[in-house]
Amino acid sequence: MSTITKNMSLRDQFLNLYRDRAGDISANSAPLLNNYRDGALARLEDLGFPVKGSEEYRYADIESVFKNDLQKDFGDIRVTFNIREIFHCDVPDLDTNLLLLVNGRYYNGSELIRKLPGGIIAGSLAQAAKDYPEIVEKHYGRYAGASDDGLVALNTAFAQDGIFIYVPERVKSEKPIQVVNIMISDNDLMAQHRNLFIAEDGAEAKIVVCDHSLSAHRFLTNSVNEVFTGKGAQINLTRIQNEHNGSSQITHSYSHQEAGSNLTASIISLHGGFIRNNIFVTLNGEHAENHSMGLYLSDKGQYIDNFVHIDHASPNCFSNQLFKGVLDDYASGSFNGRILVRRDAQKTNAYQSNNNILLTDDAKMYSRPQLEIYADDVKCSHGSTMGRLDDNALFYLRSRGIDKREARLMLMFAFAHEVIQNIKVKALQERIDDLVNKRLRGELSRCNNCAMKCG
Amino acid sequence: MLVIKDLKVSIEGGEILKGVSLEVNAGEVHAIMGPNGSGKSTLAAVLAGRDLYEVDSGTISYMGEDLLEKSPEERAKEGLFLGFQYPIEIPGVSMVNFMKTAINEMRKHRGEEPLSASEFLKKMRQKKELVEIDSSLTNRSVNEGFSGGEKKKNEIFQMAMLEPKLAVLDETDSGLDIDALKVVARGVNNLRSSENAIIVITHYQRLLDYIVPDYVHVLYKGRIVRSGGKELALLLEEKGYEWIRQEELNL
Repeated sequence: MSTITKNMSLRDQFLNLYRDRAGDISANSAPLLNNYRDGALARLEDLGFPVKGSEEYRYADIESVFKNDLQKDFGDIRVTFNIREIFHCDVPDLDTNLLLLVNGRYYNGSELIRKLPGGIIAGSLAQAAKDYPEIVEKHYGRYAGASDDGLVALNTAFAQDGIFIYVPERVKSEKPIQVVNIMISDNDLMAQHRNLFIAEDGAEAKIVVCDHSLSAHRFLTNSVNEVFTGKGAQINLTRIQNEHNGSSQITHSYSHQEAGSNLTASIISLHGGFIRNNIFVTLNGEHAENHSMGLYLSDKGQYIDNFVHIDHASPNCFSNQLFKGVLDDYASGSFNGRILVRRDAQKTNAYQSNNNILLTDDAKMYSRPQLEIYADDVKCSHGSTMGRLDDNALFYLRSRGIDKREARLMLMFAFAHEVIQNIKVKALQERIDDLVNKRLRGELSRCNNCAMKCG
Repeated sequence: MLVIKDLKVSIEGGEILKGVSLEVNAGEVHAIMGPNGSGKSTLAAVLAGRDLYEVDSGTISYMGEDLLEKSPEERAKEGLFLGFQYPIEIPGVSMVNFMKTAINEMRKHRGEEPLSASEFLKKMRQKKELVEIDSSLTNRSVNEGFSGGEKKKNEIFQMAMLEPKLAVLDETDSGLDIDALKVVARGVNNLRSSENAIIVITHYQRLLDYIVPDYVHVLYKGRIVRSGGKELALLLEEKGYEWIRQEELNL
């Protein structure tokens, strides 16, 4: 009971905070987004904060993540640095359209919305809600709104800005669009941004999101991503989480896929103190295809938690979940993969696999597949493994003169590469290979060529 | 080069090698034959440094140094090579990366500069031709999806790349057709020189038609019960291992 009381108090804290700061919150956002706040507050009041041990948050201790007194920036805090001076992402061959998000707010002095070739619109969500209300309104809150997670309601109540990406019908974005999400502050800080990615019918987009923390403060991010993949549209979405150990990140991704669409979404969790990724996918039209992948490399006291829910709401759809991770030291984590096949979703193909390597006796991983199948003509499979590095393979490599440490790294890297090879942006794939290699070697304090001081 | 004295080895309390002694000098090819379960593969694994086995007593000296003191990678760097009976599939580790790492680790050990990319590729090409290994195989992950024969050829390819002083080939011939067998033999004969030594472990005499040994030893129930020249292999082929069993019973 005490936990519930405390979590209600956490809820009340935020309800009170909202009452105190409602003016700032609305003033530094957009009317369209403001319209959703009262409803979200009512939902938050109703739902409260997730409790550790509950069905959805069995191992993730959300309360402890929120226990620190973190500053909130509602648009009244001036960031005391020049982003151009500290940031240049010098990724060879990775020619992207770059969008910056700093502490949850779109960062660019004058140009809040960028118009890219083919009529692609990218930039600030708050600005897009003013400039293109008809597009934003059609999707905003449509996919995440029904969530019974209090943290999603919390985000909707407080989110003021985020990234908006719109790819019109049958337009292919030639360059990947890269979102760099930075936390930097003079104080411990909490931010809640909201992204909305829309690929209309037949559109194609490659999106890369990089999460970084640039100052040695405690950070907490509670972000919501809504992704719409129209009929026959294709989105390749890669998120690289690379924040320091004092950072906590909760992401909620709600993807809605129409008929014949293809969404390949990978989350590469390289570094971060506490990471919880909620991944919800609805396959809403026939022949939609979803690939949800994750790779996590955790050590020390890091916590990594992926919670995946694939809703097969239409027949003839395909989904594949592939989540792999290496846990070292006393790191811990959880994978929960749910496949829901609705009654009419015949001829569903749904697969799931979660493979873990635990390098020490103290590392812990909980893996839970959940299949809920109401149709009778489906193919579903799931598999979960926990293990150590393969001794036979290790000996084989060593017998060729490769040192034990190097041999272990080669095996871990090979294990991780299965996820990375599915990232279709070639330059990015190589980049992530390199980052993962460095991470496994313990050399990753930041992306090598990037001037940001992450980690 | 290699001196094994009264080697006793057990696994989980069961004694497998019960006092093996063997001396191998540079320039020699030794064949170790014996029925299944006689301890042939255990001997090979112990030489390479597999830690599944417990060395209860005895010594192994290699190039004048205590081999048992050394890790598997140290042994390899000092020129010892084990051709595996069952090569391991390692998904995700490319053959190229595997061989490049191995060769450069060895070069580092000898105080040499790493091979340049072009030198390395040239060497790969030469050795691939020698063992007639399909070019596409070296573009794949180590042994992944290789047929039995390809895996064995790949062992010989690795041996050719690493140019060991002492090669121990553990039933490299098992499961090979005659063409593959010839390729394996060519790889081995190519390595043969007055500087190197080779231990061929085999169940059958067949391989020894192509790799002619200087000495043949029969390992039976953890002991070398017969040693002789290449004619011993022929005798074994003719009389079968049952002959050894009978002889042992009579003793």
